[in-house]
Amino acid sequence: MKQFQYVRPSTQQSVLDAIAKPGTKIIAGGSNLVDLMKHGVMSPDKLVDINKLPLRQITPAKGSLHIGALALNSQVAEDKQVKEKFPLLSQALNAGASAQLRNMATVGGNMMQRTRCPYFYDVAMPCNKRVPNSGCGALEGFNRMHAIFGMSDKCIAVHPSDMAVAMAALDATVVIAGKKGQRRLPFTDFHRLPGNTPELDNNLAKDELILAVEIPDNNFAKHSYYLKVRDRASYAFALISVAAALDIDNGTIRAARLAMGGVAHKPWRLTAVENALIGKPATAASFEQAAQLAMQGAKGFKDNAFKLKLAPATLTEALKHAAGLA
Amino acid sequence: MEDLTNGFLGDENDQPKDNPRRDFLKKSSLLTAVALTPGVAVKAAENHLDEKVAAVFEKLPVNLTVNGTAHKLSIEPRVTLLDLLREQLHLTGTKKGCDYGQCGACTVHVDGLRVNSCLTLAMMVDGKKITTIEGLAKGEELHPMQEAFIKHDGFQCGYCTPGQIMSAVACIREGHANSEGEIREYMSGNICRCGAYPNIVNAIQEVKNGGQQV
Repeated sequence: MKQFQYVRPSTQQSVLDAIAKPGTKIIAGGSNLVDLMKHGVMSPDKLVDINKLPLRQITPAKGSLHIGALALNSQVAEDKQVKEKFPLLSQALNAGASAQLRNMATVGGNMMQRTRCPYFYDVAMPCNKRVPNSGCGALEGFNRMHAIFGMSDKCIAVHPSDMAVAMAALDATVVIAGKKGQRRLPFTDFHRLPGNTPELDNNLAKDELILAVEIPDNNFAKHSYYLKVRDRASYAFALISVAAALDIDNGTIRAARLAMGGVAHKPWRLTAVENALIGKPATAASFEQAAQLAMQGAKGFKDNAFKLKLAPATLTEALKHAAGLA
Repeated sequence: MEDLTNGFLGDENDQPKDNPRRDFLKKSSLLTAVALTPGVAVKAAENHLDEKVAAVFEKLPVNLTVNGTAHKLSIEPRVTLLDLLREQLHLTGTKKGCDYGQCGACTVHVDGLRVNSCLTLAMMVDGKKITTIEGLAKGEELHPMQEAFIKHDGFQCGYCTPGQIMSAVACIREGHANSEGEIREYMSGNICRCGAYPNIVNAIQEVKNGGQQV
């Protein structure tokens, strides 16, 4: 690991001042950043440890739940309010990483984690995300874990988070602090598609700090399910994951929320499919139709074409679980 | 003043007289920081950092309590908790497996929470209480989980065992050892390449069902 400076500011303003300077990087849990620094993928000159900031609380707000950016993944997954109001989020968090890593990783850090594309991690390989315009090793390489939606010829990596898939499905909002004050961003607009700038994972500016994520109250708690398909039963990144939430009235779907993980550079929200489900009976047939609709525009590569079948199957299964049919 | 620079910059003859790096160092209170490595001092000078910032390159103080013993140490920011435990405190029970947070061999408790010490910067546990495998036994009396691992043959080579045991104790304390399936899920961050998993699960179940204080 390259040498770096370490500072631990105690106020939000001093954090913002510190991160405005080039070469700086925020550290919260460190579970991804320290890993990347050991691999030489990231080598900041200065780490700004934000753990002194009071951003660890999970508090009910008017019509929503406010989750501080430094709340631990394990803390959120076990939180009584989260389990009661948003069991989907609790399930997604528990599907991610290991018990040890969930005790380290924070909500903000989870959002900021980098792709696990092996070509991004291997500094001997070309990667447009790590070194812009160096090429993409995955396009013609071993691309079994890669995207089937929203990729570009510059990058076909996927975002690795499970938590983010649930947050996207639950209409969460990201609260961000910057020099000019606070701004709010829909969670679905936080992460980016690669386009011509795959080096940018998200729309957080270099001098901004995530303060919290807020999830609005909803009627999905009774009928939601996070289904993650991976190479082993636990502690592996998703091949496909689905966050499914339904509001069912007398067997008829009143509203739906759907997002997929392991398929794109960002949590893949399926708004058109959600709308198509409104008014439909909550049956396996409706869900299979919805899953076919969800696959419009999907494209496989040499090693990941299996995802074109696995994704709709996972989607159908998740919806069946959410509806209590499985 | 002059002789102190030798420690930083190596051979005097390598340095031209009007080298701005030398000037910087001469002016700077960094001269007293004998712990600085040459590369770092040069880098600080190149970036025209003032001494206050450059001083951050030095070893920083960290206070932590390990298995009940308080330690005041001075470390480089890039030292992980794992390396600090093994290399500086000589507590070699905590193992370095993958060193990338993928195997769990380095699992320790920080303020009661199990974490991967290989991905934890030691600076970030300043003021915290660390428990390692060495801190579980009471003198000669093994912890119930250690006893159970021996009884159930919960290991072969033993390399992952300290991490497995630290994780197993936490698993019960967290309330995540209520069934075989739950134990397997919440122990998934600890890899055993010998494949002792069934015996590890048995050991955890025995301790859990025995109702002993862990």
